[in-house]
Amino acid sequence: MTLSVQDLRVYYRTLRGEVKALDGVSFDVADGEILGLAGESGCGKTTLGKSLIRMDGRMKHVGGRVELDGENLPIGDTVKMNPFRFTEVSIIPQYSMSAMNPTRKIGRMVRELLDSRGVTVDLDELHRRLDLVELNRDVLGKYPLELSGGMKQRMVMVISTLLNPSLLIADEITSALDVSTQKAVVTTLKGFRELGFVKSMIFITHDISLTNQLADTIMVMYAGKLAEKAPADAIVNRSRHPYTQLLISSLPEVGVRYAEKKLTGIPGNPPSLLNPPVGCRFQDRCPLAFDKCREEPPAVEVEKDHFVACWKA
Amino acid sequence: MLKLQEVSKVFRVGAFGGKTMTAVDEVSFEVGRGEVVSLIGESGSGKSTIGKMVLRLMSANGGSITFDGDDISKLDKRAYYRKVQGVFQDPFSSYNPIFKADRVFSMIKEVYFPKEADRVWRDKVASALNDVRLDAGQVLNKFPHQLSGGQLQRLLIARALLLDIDFLVADEITSMLDASTRIDVLNLLADLKLRGLGVLFITHDLALGNYISERTVVLHQGRIVEYGPTAKVFETPEHSYTRKLLASVPQLHRKWEGV
Repeated sequence: MTLSVQDLRVYYRTLRGEVKALDGVSFDVADGEILGLAGESGCGKTTLGKSLIRMDGRMKHVGGRVELDGENLPIGDTVKMNPFRFTEVSIIPQYSMSAMNPTRKIGRMVRELLDSRGVTVDLDELHRRLDLVELNRDVLGKYPLELSGGMKQRMVMVISTLLNPSLLIADEITSALDVSTQKAVVTTLKGFRELGFVKSMIFITHDISLTNQLADTIMVMYAGKLAEKAPADAIVNRSRHPYTQLLISSLPEVGVRYAEKKLTGIPGNPPSLLNPPVGCRFQDRCPLAFDKCREEPPAVEVEKDHFVACWKA
Repeated sequence: MLKLQEVSKVFRVGAFGGKTMTAVDEVSFEVGRGEVVSLIGESGSGKSTIGKMVLRLMSANGGSITFDGDDISKLDKRAYYRKVQGVFQDPFSSYNPIFKADRVFSMIKEVYFPKEADRVWRDKVASALNDVRLDAGQVLNKFPHQLSGGQLQRLLIARALLLDIDFLVADEITSMLDASTRIDVLNLLADLKLRGLGVLFITHDLALGNYISERTVVLHQGRIVEYGPTAKVFETPEHSYTRKLLASVPQLHRKWEGV
């Protein structure tokens, strides 16, 4: 078992109180598994990704445990997390375009980065990986400015996985890319796992149809809680949670036309997490809501590996 | 209604403008009344440049753009913007964060309807908000950061509607929105189309273009590679570039080959 998260709670401190961005989330990611994390903005996807590697100043670890390869991950302690970052847990950030130091040539930046971890650069290995993502070896002598968006994205992917981390977090990495570049990036990520550069991966996106191309398991989150988690194929074809069903039905697919079939979105907005509603957090927008929804639904395993937090499931 | 004839745009690049780069190369197409035409292409294909030229934020180097038969570069700007408006990709940067979001409405009033009575104007705003399915109580008198991306984007469309426009340039308007609100904005455009609005829908997402448009223009490096009725372009794409684009769209019930 690579990653095991138990009842994780992370709150944001604000002037008006605590925003309960992650409120009791539990899940496992197995060796070699790619977990796709989906949901609307503000449902806690990015918070989950960030809390596994580096919490920013406003975030507070309130409860829960995270274990990586059987070892406890001190996520609440910025200093104690240092030995894990980059070597055990690594991230490809949302804005790879601006993730690299603009004042350094890329080669020098990579060397400095590795020096800071006490590792010397294995130039052959670096070259091999550049070839793999079809980047010219010359890029090491260039400034980030000289690369296109897709090239920067691939360069950051190579840097993030250079020390073969156990867990890689990819946060909305394709949202700024064209469809064909998107496909290339996803193919590369899958290749990284095949070649053993990363053991397992959390792929965060709001686009379920993209997640489905890559992930073995999909986890849908809503307002800081787990809504549904199941093998990708079960989420797409046999989802049980009304939120997942609505999310999927709002996706326009190639071939669907307004004149023939009118799709609908999900009315309303996610609830404020300053004072989240008691019970199921989706109740205000849910077409199936009934009295019982005032109580919080537990995540139940309805069939093997298929967890749903809904009374109606 | 809107007609582009062999429109080109050449940028000067390099240290002293010594080199040139052709962003749009002899592009011709038409958008009729009550029609949505989607302009599809990757980054750098020139699709936003075309949008900017139609909105007169940029001038063309060659060819002509006509609106109802008149060359747009010769029309009075204020009169032109009465009929043609644009909505852009990032709703958050379209607003000034230190002012309330509904200031976009009062600015329209100051410029175009200074003599209109406040009461009549309020009714007009209310009906425009109703058209974009926003609740006046929820969005008026709020700052941009208090509203969601979908609400801000719909406010901008409501602002365009206040002018009784005939034509809307929608440049990637849904790419910053969630899947759940994206479809609402698209349905809204499709409803407005039924009322006679012409829309130039610029996107890189083929599924969205296919969903609402009658005709599709596929651009590659500034040139039109495919142009025709949407159903035909998507079902029997003739150009290899269109086929490549179609194959890379992530689809829910079909896995990519070779991944």
